[in-house]
Amino acid sequence: MTTTHLSRRQFLKASAAASAGLTLGFYLPATLAQAGPGKTTGSIAPSTFAPNAFVRIGTDGSVTVIAKHVEMGQGSYTGLATLVAEELDADWSKVNVEGAPADAKLYNNLAWGEVQGTGGSSAIANSYDQLRKAGAAARAMLVAAAAEEWKVPPDAITVERGVLMHGARTLSFGQLAEKAAALPVPTEIKLKTPKDFRYIGKQIPRKDSKAKCNGTARYTIDVKLPGMLTAVVGHPPRFGGKVKAFDPSKAKAVKGVVEVVPIPEGIAVLATNFWAAKQGRDALPVQWDDTHANKLGSDEILAQYKALAEKPAAIAQQVGDANAALTSAEKTLEAAFEFPYLAHAAMEPMNCVVKLGRDGCEIWNGEQFQTVDQANVAAAVGMKPEQVKINMLYAGGSFGRRANPQSDYLVETAHIAKAINGRAPVKLQWTREDDIRAGYFRPIYYHVLRAGLDASGNPTAWHHRIVGQSILTGTPFEPMQVKDGIDATSVEGASNLPYAIPNMLVDLNSPKIGVPVQWWRSVGSTHTAFSTETFMDEIAVAAGKDPVEFRRALLAKHPRHLGVLDLVAEKARWGTPLPKGKARGVAVHESFKTYVAQVAEVSMKPDGSFRVDRVVCAVDCGIPINPDVIRAQMEGGIGFGLAAALDGAITLKDGHVEQSNFHDYTVLRMNEMPKIEVHIVPSQENPTGVGEPGVPLIAPALCNALFALTGKRIRTLPIRSQRSA
Amino acid sequence: MSILVCFGLLLAGMFASGAGAAQDRQVESEKLFADIYQVLTHPRCLNCHPKGDSPRQGLDAHVHVPPVARGPHDKGVAGLQCTACHQTKNYRASGVPGARNWHLAPLSMAWENLSQGELCRALLDKSKNGNKDLKAIVDHMARDELVAWGWAPGTDANGNVREPAPIPKPEFDRIVHAWAKSGAKCPE
Amino acid sequence: MIPLNVNGKTYSVDVPPDMPLLWAIRDGIGLTGTKYGCGIAQCGACTVHVDGKAVRSCSMPVSVAAGKHITTIENVGATSAGKATQAAWEKLDVVQCGYCQSGQIMSATALLKEKAKPTNADIDAAMSGNICRCATYVRIRAAIHEAARTLAA
Repeated sequence: MTTTHLSRRQFLKASAAASAGLTLGFYLPATLAQAGPGKTTGSIAPSTFAPNAFVRIGTDGSVTVIAKHVEMGQGSYTGLATLVAEELDADWSKVNVEGAPADAKLYNNLAWGEVQGTGGSSAIANSYDQLRKAGAAARAMLVAAAAEEWKVPPDAITVERGVLMHGARTLSFGQLAEKAAALPVPTEIKLKTPKDFRYIGKQIPRKDSKAKCNGTARYTIDVKLPGMLTAVVGHPPRFGGKVKAFDPSKAKAVKGVVEVVPIPEGIAVLATNFWAAKQGRDALPVQWDDTHANKLGSDEILAQYKALAEKPAAIAQQVGDANAALTSAEKTLEAAFEFPYLAHAAMEPMNCVVKLGRDGCEIWNGEQFQTVDQANVAAAVGMKPEQVKINMLYAGGSFGRRANPQSDYLVETAHIAKAINGRAPVKLQWTREDDIRAGYFRPIYYHVLRAGLDASGNPTAWHHRIVGQSILTGTPFEPMQVKDGIDATSVEGASNLPYAIPNMLVDLNSPKIGVPVQWWRSVGSTHTAFSTETFMDEIAVAAGKDPVEFRRALLAKHPRHLGVLDLVAEKARWGTPLPKGKARGVAVHESFKTYVAQVAEVSMKPDGSFRVDRVVCAVDCGIPINPDVIRAQMEGGIGFGLAAALDGAITLKDGHVEQSNFHDYTVLRMNEMPKIEVHIVPSQENPTGVGEPGVPLIAPALCNALFALTGKRIRTLPIRSQRSA
Repeated sequence: MSILVCFGLLLAGMFASGAGAAQDRQVESEKLFADIYQVLTHPRCLNCHPKGDSPRQGLDAHVHVPPVARGPHDKGVAGLQCTACHQTKNYRASGVPGARNWHLAPLSMAWENLSQGELCRALLDKSKNGNKDLKAIVDHMARDELVAWGWAPGTDANGNVREPAPIPKPEFDRIVHAWAKSGAKCPE
Repeated sequence: MIPLNVNGKTYSVDVPPDMPLLWAIRDGIGLTGTKYGCGIAQCGACTVHVDGKAVRSCSMPVSVAAGKHITTIENVGATSAGKATQAAWEKLDVVQCGYCQSGQIMSATALLKEKAKPTNADIDAAMSGNICRCATYVRIRAAIHEAARTLAA
């Protein structure tokens, strides 16, 4: 550690790590950060008050929250800042947010061990204690500083919106910052009780709105560095294909193209600007070697899965004896479900900027997976992870895509930088076509569900068989999350089915297919919620019971599922009559520890065309931190899920991805967005996430409504077929 | 040839040969229209002569993606005119087709699901065709740039050259002239 | 060299005449508020105003834009419709990831300039060309109505 002229009090040693949220963090102001190219969060003036890794207060009274989680739309910057501002009693209008550097010792996701990154809707949950404590510590030091100044006990001082008061005397954060910086960081920290919350649970504006409305918000695509070259890459048309031969001359003939280099991922065309690079790449004749490439199409893959569904599978959950109970059941039901590949298709196509120096590597990215990316990029360029510095920018959407366990697009950029010996910073920019065709899809899944009912129509047996690629196999997470052949992400939502069914079996077959796969917003629940919630509906109908009542009866042991189900039924006026041609469908599902229920109101015309008119949504995410963000995430999650339910499908033919852009991978637009009503369950439980939990329910709720309208079950998604070009 | 001469010849032809010859001319005229009908109902033309509020796209004539609406003057709506995307020429870079004055044919010139006779009569109906007489119709088919686009439709976003209207333009122009000359007869 | 008039300033950009206006604005001039989402006029992220009308800048060759008045997100707030739209967007916290929102605001402003009190059907027709993968559509609609109210006041 280098020496510093700053007061030794300006940093504190980390206390015992890992216990949920108690670590305040070991903070080194950026001027002390490891020697390497460029800076991360900017230099800190010596008089700035920085009691921990998460907050800085300037002598001008500005409060900067250092956010360890990427802002990709889900409101993390706003949420994390709310936690700090609440306990700090800051003036919300003076709070701004900065992305944290890559440093797992300080900024790890406490739910992941010493790994920094964003995912699993865990940002608020893992930060709730940690960031509140960070704000409270800073408040305590400001109070101590004022107490010294005024010679009064700390308890006699009140703090409100950035101002400390004692009687008629006031001092602002800015006025006290220097003095507070010289004081010891408290070891005992008192947090507010919820009844004193001023910001948590209240309506406060987002922190990123203004910049995103005036063109100044900076995304990876916007990064410009001196001498930077933009790279557009020719990728093999099939997964696993390799370059056999290529002719760079046509690409080099394009004005602005500077270099054409082969990399493991294909051929990179580097130019002074994106358009020239794209023209160069498009002009490049490449011969591909498909010897080891995947040549299977979606049809073949599904056919394989159907055959595999007949074979024994690894057990994910077992209660009682489902097979015996099925055999002896009064009545049995069976249904098979098919789910296609899905593209994440965020609005900003994948991209990354890498500046490769002799002693370090600096990255600019809408960064979602710091620790994993540092490791993978370091390996690609022959450095140590700590030599990889990452500037976290806004992500133009991600839905999971930017958190790639192989760091695919970052490593691709690093390969290009390495291929040109780091002589210029490199911005890799995928075209939309590159992005749609790159793989890392939500996998194809095939489900078979069988249920046995007794004479009263109660389910006594349940067997859920799932066939689909494991997302985590072959990644650094395999040792932790793939056990006994069970990838937890393949069965979540199925293996923890809440309904009281005495005999249950959930099993899984994870075939290896040469198509790269990845999470996709709400992961396992994207398919398990659909099959379980439409099948539950089938059972309810077979038992002659109302779908909501039927579920209620089986959720007695799950008060939070019941809570959202009851709330949504009440708000949607479930059971009241609807005009002809309109029907409701319900679904309830927990994912990432947040409980959601939705009722879709659907109307259908005589010609069979239908519309989701309205969705009523109830959500229990524990203590709501930012209710408006919660509402927005439910709205957005419903829209995202609806897009997939209606039209989402990536299809492969002979190993080629058939879709390429938004004309044939069609997504939801304004004209099909339903009205949405969100109701938040009041709760005192610890807060849980909302980025993903709103997504999985709209598909089953919609299809349950469609059944009510037509008497036909939909078991294959998407509901409508894809348009061709 | 001037319109007066055309009509003069037509009239002369009609009076000169009597009923039998008139029938032959009817048949010949209708046959010529059959070819015209083949072109006008090809997706390349029909996609912009829809019955409803939306143009169609592609050889499979699916509803235009992104969703767009006709608007009060057949040129799109406030905030999204046809010319927001469609310029005066096909644009290879975006795969978006273009021609001068890109817009929808008015509803009176909607040809979807019309029989040969219905389309023919609509074509000739001045109250539907923008007050065009036969010469103007012939001119429009021969010279209008948006009509001509149907034969030079450019390359789509997938890099595929769009299939043009089924009869080559010079041949089509000849057929239209011949049809007009033969009395511009409509099938039943 | 292509002369471009953007946000009231003249620029001379050394770019090929058939380069999409989008990239001339982003890379030629350096105004990065206008975004690339698809390149084929399907998503609307690249929307600018050309002579006051909404145009997908990925679909217009820069040579065609020469000499016309181009407005981008960076300057749309200079008009009352643009200012009201941006204010409504902020008031209702419309944005999530924000990447599509420059285009959304440009399209909404174009709508409001021509239709002071758009109906929901007007909004559907004008705005369905702008994709939002975060599905902020409920709030976009509400913000357009809000902006219309502001402009009427």
